[in-house]
Formats: sequence, C-alpha cells, structure tokens
Amino acid sequence: MIGAALGALMSFWRARPLQLFTLLAGLALATALWSGVQAINAEARASYAAASATLGGDSLERIVDRAGGTLAQADYIALRRGGWLVSPVVEGRLNGVRLAGIDPLTAPQGPTEAGAGDLWGFIGGRGQIIGRADTLRNLPQEGPELVEQHSMAPGLAIADIGQAQRLLGLEGRISYLVVLPGQPLRQVPLAEIAPGLELTAARPATDLARLTDSFHLNLTAFGLLAFAVGIFIVHGAVGLAFEQRRALVRTLRALGLPLGALIGLLAGELLVLSLLAGGMGVALGYLIAAALLPDVAATLRGLYGADLTGQLQIRPVWWLSGLGMAVGGAALASAGALWRLARLPFLAGGQRRAWALAGQRALRRQFALAIGLLGLAAILALRGSGLLAGFGLLAALMLGAALLLPVVLGWLLRGCERLASAPVAQWFWADSRQQLPGLSLALMALMLAMAANTGVSTMVSSFRLTFAGFLDQRLMAELYVDAATPAEADRVRDYVTPRVDAVLPLMAAQTMLAGGPGELRGMVDHASFRDNWQFLAALPDAWDRLHSGRGVMVSEQLARRADLWLGDVLGVEGTALPVVAVVGDYGNPVGQAIVTASLFASLHPEAPPHRLALRLPPGEVPGLVDALVRDLGISRDRLTDQAALKAYSMGVFERTFAVTGALNLLTLAVAGFAMLMSLLTLAALRLPQLAPVWALGLTRARLGRLELLRAVLLAGLVTLLAVPLGLALAWVLLAVVNVEAFGWRLPMHLFPADYAWLAGLALVAAALAAWWPARRLARTRPADLLRVFANER
Amino acid sequence: MNARGLALILWLLPMAAWPQGFAGLGSQTEGFARPVRGHRLEFPADHGPHPDFRIEWWYLTANLRGPDGAPFGAQWTLFRSALAPGGQDPQGWDSPQQWMGNAAVTGTDWHHFSERLARGGVGQAGVVAEPFRAFVDDWVFEQNGQTFDLRASGSDFAYDLHLAGTGPVVLHGEAGYSVKSGAGQASYYYSMPGLEVSGTLWLRDGPVAVTGTAWFDHEWSSQPLAADQTGWDWFSLSFDSGDRLMAFWLRGAERFGSATWIGPDGQATPLTDAEIAARPLAWHQVAGRDVPTRWQVDVPSRGLDVTVQALNPDAWMGGRFPYWEGPVTVTGSRNGQGYLEMTGHE
Repeated sequence: MIGAALGALMSFWRARPLQLFTLLAGLALATALWSGVQAINAEARASYAAASATLGGDSLERIVDRAGGTLAQADYIALRRGGWLVSPVVEGRLNGVRLAGIDPLTAPQGPTEAGAGDLWGFIGGRGQIIGRADTLRNLPQEGPELVEQHSMAPGLAIADIGQAQRLLGLEGRISYLVVLPGQPLRQVPLAEIAPGLELTAARPATDLARLTDSFHLNLTAFGLLAFAVGIFIVHGAVGLAFEQRRALVRTLRALGLPLGALIGLLAGELLVLSLLAGGMGVALGYLIAAALLPDVAATLRGLYGADLTGQLQIRPVWWLSGLGMAVGGAALASAGALWRLARLPFLAGGQRRAWALAGQRALRRQFALAIGLLGLAAILALRGSGLLAGFGLLAALMLGAALLLPVVLGWLLRGCERLASAPVAQWFWADSRQQLPGLSLALMALMLAMAANTGVSTMVSSFRLTFAGFLDQRLMAELYVDAATPAEADRVRDYVTPRVDAVLPLMAAQTMLAGGPGELRGMVDHASFRDNWQFLAALPDAWDRLHSGRGVMVSEQLARRADLWLGDVLGVEGTALPVVAVVGDYGNPVGQAIVTASLFASLHPEAPPHRLALRLPPGEVPGLVDALVRDLGISRDRLTDQAALKAYSMGVFERTFAVTGALNLLTLAVAGFAMLMSLLTLAALRLPQLAPVWALGLTRARLGRLELLRAVLLAGLVTLLAVPLGLALAWVLLAVVNVEAFGWRLPMHLFPADYAWLAGLALVAAALAAWWPARRLARTRPADLLRVFANER
Repeated sequence: MNARGLALILWLLPMAAWPQGFAGLGSQTEGFARPVRGHRLEFPADHGPHPDFRIEWWYLTANLRGPDGAPFGAQWTLFRSALAPGGQDPQGWDSPQQWMGNAAVTGTDWHHFSERLARGGVGQAGVVAEPFRAFVDDWVFEQNGQTFDLRASGSDFAYDLHLAGTGPVVLHGEAGYSVKSGAGQASYYYSMPGLEVSGTLWLRDGPVAVTGTAWFDHEWSSQPLAADQTGWDWFSLSFDSGDRLMAFWLRGAERFGSATWIGPDGQATPLTDAEIAARPLAWHQVAGRDVPTRWQVDVPSRGLDVTVQALNPDAWMGGRFPYWEGPVTVTGSRNGQGYLEMTGHE
C-alpha cells in the first residue's frame, strides 16, 4: 500500500517536471545565495584578519627608534646579547607592495601551517619572496624567487631580512624589533644598551577589523534576506503541488491509506527533495562565491577535499549549515500545506480550486497580521535595545511588509479600476486584481528581493562613501614625510617650503582623556583642514574657536564614551575646553582630542613634530620624492604618497564591494524566476477566464501584450513599494543593528541613481518572466480556447 | 608582523624536512667535509668551529649539589648547523650557518628549559677557539684565564657557573674518529669529563649556591647517522672509583653501540658493541611519549653492573627538536652520577 501510494505521489512529479524543477531550483537558489554569502563573508573576513595581523594590528610589544627612524642592526645584536628576546623586521615599499623582511629563526612562533619549502631556500642563495599571486605580479621577476601563498594579506610580501634589506636599500638597518613573549629572567636594561630606542606597547586590534566587522554583519543579514526570498518560492511551489494533488490525496485516502502514512510520505518526499536541493545549493553557492571572489577558488578546491589543515574542519559545518537551511526552509515553507492536509475532511479534497485563492476572510486575517507585525517593528524601533531586538525589528518589518503587499496592491488596483472608463481597461484592472492571489507569493518575493537589494546597496555605498571620505579627510595632503629626527624635519621643512603650496606639521602625543588613555593632536590653521574635514556635529565657527585656543574637537568614540557633545567641557591636561566639533574617526579604538597647534606646543614642548604633510599639485609628487631622496638622503620608506596609500586602502575593500553588485543581480534573477513559474502555473488555470474575452473580440496577440504589460505594471507597483521598505531596512542595519553591535553609527546616504537602476532591473526581470507565458498565450490554439465553452461546467 | 602572520610563513619552512632533528642528522651531505679515519685533532684549534662540516655541537652537562646536599643538574649546549656547504662564506644574513642553544636546570621535581635560535654571520652566535668562547645571545661559555664562565637564562631560571681544571682531553673511538653505524657513518668526538664546578643557580625562589662536576663534549660531522637510524641513548657516567664511562647506542634497523672507558688518570679505552650492554628497566611517559628513564648498564670486562636512574624522569627538553636529557644516579657494582640523553623515542 505504502509503495503504491508512493508510486502514485511520485507520478505527479513525473508528469510535471517543470514544477519539480521549480521546487528544486527555488530551494537550491535560496541555499546557494545563503551559503555563497557565508563563504564570501568567511573568506573576506580571513583576508581582513590576515591584513590586520600583518599590517600592524599587533599583539606584541615593539622596540622602535625613539626619533621614529630605523635602528641599526648592531643595536639588534646588542639587545640579543643583552638578553632581550627580540626579532628584527625591516619594512618598506617595493613597486607599491609592502615588503616585510623577517628573520625566521628568531621570529615569534605560532600555529603551524603545513606546506612545502625549506629554510635555506627562503634565506639563502637567490632567496624567496612570499605573497599572494596578485601581490607578486607587481614585483620584479628577476630578483628572488616569487612564491605564491594564498593566506597572505593582500599587498604584503615577505622575504628574509637579508633579501629585504637589499631590495629596500636598507642594508644594516632594521625598522623595528618585535619583543617576544617569555623574556628571560635577566636582561640588561634597554636604556643601557641603546638609549635611542624605546619600547612601545602592543597595539590593539586594528581599525580595519572594526570597520569590516560591521560590514560583514550586514552582509550576513543580506544572506538571510536572500534566503527568505528563496523560501517564498519554495512555499509557492509546495503549496501548488499540494493543491494539485488534492484529488490524488482523496483517492488514496478512499483506498484506505491512513492519514499519518500519507503525511509521512509527503514529509519524506519533501525531506529527500530538500536534501537534494540543499546539496546542489551549497555547491552552487561555492560556485557563486568562487566566481565573485577569485580567492574563494581555493576554498572551492577544498570543497572537493583537496585542501589542507584547519579549513577541512570548517567545511563540513558549512555543508551542514547549508543543508540545514534547505531542510528547515522547506519545512517552514510546507508546514502550512501539510497542516491543511492533516485537517482536510475525508473525501473533501477532490474539489478543484485555483491554487491558493485566498478568500476575503483570509485576506483580512493576513492584513491584521501584517499590521500587528509592523506595529511590533515600530515598538522595537522605539523601545528595543540589544542586537536581538535589532534583528527582531528587521524580521518583523520585512515579514509585515510582505504580508501587507497583496492588500495594498488590491487597493491600488481597485483604485485604477475605478478610474478606468474604457471596457478593456476596466477588464484589465479587474482581471489583474483577480490574478493577484495567485501571483502574490511571487510578488512578495520580488518585493523582498528589491527591498533587500535597495537596503544592501544603500548600506554598502554608505559604507564606502564613509570610508572614502574618512580617508580623504585623514589623507588630505599629497605627500607625507616621516622625518627620522626633529633636526631632519627642520631640514625637510626648509628644503620643501619654496617648492610646495604648504607644509603642515602633524603633532600627536599620548595622554589621558576623560579618565582613559587617549591621543592628543595639535593642528595648524590651514585651509586644507577647513576645506576637507567633515564633522558629525560642529558649532558654526568651530575652526575659529579651535584656533583661538577656546575649543577642542573630539572623536566620535571619545564623545560617546565620555558622553560629550557640543558645548560640553573636556579637560585637556589641566585646561578645560568646550567641545566645538565631533569628528568621525572610524576604526580608531583610542579616543582623540584635537587642539590648536600653539596650545599643543605649550602642553608638549618635548614632542616637536617630525611628521610633515605637504600640499602640492599631485603631478609634482614623484619629482619631489626623487628630489628629497637625492638631495636630503631621506629614505623612500619615510615618504608616503597619498594617492598610492589611498589606492592601496581602497583596493582592500573594493573586492568585497564588487560582490554585492553581483548578488543584487542574482537575487533579482531568483525573484524573476519565481514570477515566471507563477505565471506559467496561472496560465493553464486562466484559460476559462480569457476565453470569453477572446470570444468578445480581443485578439490573442493583444491578450498576450496585455499579459506582458500587467506583469511589468505589477512589478512597477511592487518596486515603488519596495524602495521605501529597502530604505527602512538600510536604516535598521546602519542605525540600529550597527549601533547595537559596534557602538557607533554608520552615516546613511541615499543613492537615487542606484535605486533607479535596481528598479529598471526589476522591471526587466518581470518582463523577462512574463515574456514566455505571454507568448504562449498569444499562440494558444483557438481550438483550446473554444474547448472552454464546450467544457463549461 | 605578529605571531599569527609570521606563523604562516615561518613554519611552512623546515620541520617536515627535519625528521631526525636539528640539521637532519641522517640526510645527504654533498659538498660538506667528511670525517676521515686517522685525522689528527689539534688543540686548541679544534675547540673552535668546523664550518665545512654540516653539524657540530658543544655540550656541557653538570651534576651539582646545593648547600644542603640537594642534587641538581645543569645543561648548556650550542648546536651549529650549516644549511648549505660553503664554510664561513658568505657572511651577513646570507650565511648558511644556523645556531641553536639549549639550556636547562633540573631538580628532583622540576625542570626548566630554554632554547635560542640564531643566524650565523651577523654576530648573534658563534664560537672561537682561542681564547675559547661559545655564545648565543646572552648565553656564554668562555675561557677566563685558567677557568671558564658559563651563563644562561630562560624565563624561569638563570645560572652563573665557573669551571676549573682542564683535565685530560679524552678522544673517543679511534683517536677522536667515532663510528656511528655499521655503514661507516662517523664523527669527530672528544670530551673533557673532569671539570670542577661552582656557582649559582637563579630560580624563582632565589639564588642557590652549587658545586659539582661537569662533563664537556665537542662533536662534529656531516652525516653522523645512517638513514635508518631514528635516535640514540647516550650515557656519560662518573663513578666514585674515579673511572668514567661514555657509552651510546644508536637505534635503527640494528642497534649500534660504542663506548669509551676512561680511567681515573684519563686513560681512554674504546669499547666495542660486543663489550657493552644496556637495557631499559622502566619507562616513563613524558610529553606524550614513552621514554626509558631507568636502565641496566653492563660492561662485564670492567666488572660494571649498574642501574642508572633518572633524577627527574620529566627532564624533557621541549624545544623545536624535543628530546630527553637529565641528570642520573648510578647504583650497583659502582655508585656514581652522570647524564643521560635520549632522542627519537615515540
């Protein structure tokens, strides 16, 4: 009996391969988007972690030259001979690549990563430079052997210290010494060995990591939304399949199949299908990730078991999470259908109904639920606190809006119907409204996809704008000179003053601010700052107040920590100053206060500036760099070209930004696919409704065009509703979730052009989805239309 | 650059290639000098380094006692390994010479160990023959007139020891040519077993004045082990009778033993594999490995029938190339003390 029942249930899918495909594809795409985003996230996180690990987010103390220069190799040896466990690092830029020279024998030890290679190959003979492929491409090919190592930070290359000293022109010099843990019981004091050197504290986790954590949290939210879109598709496909099998269900029950067995069979069928789709989805997700991020190609290799060490342990978890999402999603999507089936009166299943034609009562219930959810969202937005409340707000907002959609669309269509006077127009609107229940799931999916895209685009672009603006503000000068000593700074200043537009000394000192460690900066009065700096909040004459010595500017972190805002008074080393401006200082965990240069000089006469910012036309930067190297003997690694630095910093982020654009397209494609499937399903059911109109004289071609127009119109309406929803979503991500998770707010910017582009894409997706059904309708054989009348019930 | 960043690069590098420990004692040796039978060692020149050879070590072990008679052991070792042939050249960071220092202090229920690694060619480590001076970082073993100073420190110990009495130089094997396997692997190997020690151990609880005796070894080669040899058990024993025994067994496809009997006058007599015997009596688990820390050692021709027992069975040298090394007490037909080194036990 069970076997026969199973055969009967399966025959349904055999007869409708397209529907089976919809179900599998919907679920697979949903899982793919979810796991793709997860993979990208993990990969990007690892690459940022590598970047911050190697770019100076340092957990170890360092010994550096007190004057900010390099230190002599002889000092390193003297320190080792004095009992100091230190390891030398020489750093500099080579063809735009950050090259770090290390001594593998004394370098701090950590967890090992398996791999080939030998110590002598690294340090001896020709030597090696280790880095990622894209980094190595910029390095001279005739020098040391270039060895590709995927796990290195972008833009960073490692060589043995001897090789690096040669390549950087720093023979006998060392940039800094890393102080290893577990120093011996006895040591000669540092001041006795090398009075010119000083010990600096370990640097806390870097700015980069803090900025990107927020980005990744938002990307994860996007992954969840993409999955929700997919679940809507599955819900549609499963609901349809159940409705269509009502007759079959009645027959099977009549033949004596117990209800429990029937539900078990259907649930088992769903489990198998969802596992199958989930498996395809995970693999597809990695393909997406691999296509979007070249680095994930390595991850993909690992997917098939070809990778090494730690990653292998993570991968089954990803598989499980993908499959779990697929099965859980399918269960969620079909719970309603199974529940209805379980409560179906015996033999009542046979009546043929249009799929999911919700009655007025059901629609009212849905409306009430939507209003309830949106109310909950409002309460959470006003009163909620904590990350959980933030995500709850997100869920309530999206679900409430989705449930509200059919009701609102119904109102809009009814309004249009009232305005229409021509009979065809009236019929068109009425027919659209009549189709609404069948299309509503696909339209909900489209709206969620559009809203997610709008929200995520806003988030990503705001993020990028903030970051770029922050870089512009912090790196407004064209060239930075890091003089080794105050005397050298004076020589540089004398040398460059006639050659550049402005020389701006940069002053900084560690101090206590509002009871915590902080950084005090001195700023000279110059248009560069006045023109470039943007404030989160400022008094109208903030610059004048600052430079008259009657004000202080504080960073957002300090402001939030010490609960300071405009007009509040901050004690700066004994001087009470009112806050005149709050500046964004993304990523810097240390609070910062900025005072005018003269005040700084009186507070810290011992810290003369040796860092100079030079303003000059960008085209003259290379010439000046060469001149400084040639005439003053400044080493190249003490000169920072702003354009290069900015390009480098942005490059780290660009890759992740590029991903979201592609994901936008993918989600819309998924939503368009849902619409196509709904329209195809409806097409068969709608013949009885179209035949009379055809009989009244509307040509099939016209009917087809109207079908197409309807799809585009509906998509247009959905898009109009989705944009504000997307903006609300972005607001929740930036102003609620981000603040709860990280304690600072990412400023939100609007990008109308992006939204217009997304709306265009949505319309195109809808048109593409409707094209085939409309074409089929236009080519329906007249005989089929006539048969409607023959079969009139 | 920090630990995580470096780790990625760093220990991509050598470990897998060094199954037999620092410098790959059993691996290929093209381009390096080889010990030659009949070569005559010259002192003090041969106290210094032999950079044409691939591997070399200066090894000092001391059996010490505190003011209350409490026993201690101290060890100071400097290994040299050439990653490529070429002797002293090139200098600077390109030098193929690498150095590793190991130092330890052992009590009955504690064992402190420290390790230093250094590049050759930049002045961080090295050895000169006359006046003798071996160093890595702040660890020093140097001649100071007629005596030697020995210093080392780790995160939980330090010591300052003075060694007096040059004693006789004992050449092992055939006038210093010490065979290590049936296939003919060999090294140059000599000892100075009778140094008198006084000095201070610096421990967390404070300084401890100590006196005792020390045993100095110097050995160099290019391939001291056969490819199948996985480790060795090495004994340096000083008996109350004034006799001494240096004995080692190399474990491989076959067990290969060799020994030197040293009379109270410093007279050295080589002993062949057939004349000596050693077997484990008790095993101890340390650092996840089973190590024999109690041995029966027999030299029938000398009437030796003794039990050798580790002072502290947990004397594990947990560096990058881990091994067991610690002071031992000898009981049986003769009583005494000494040091035991065991490598390659799994």
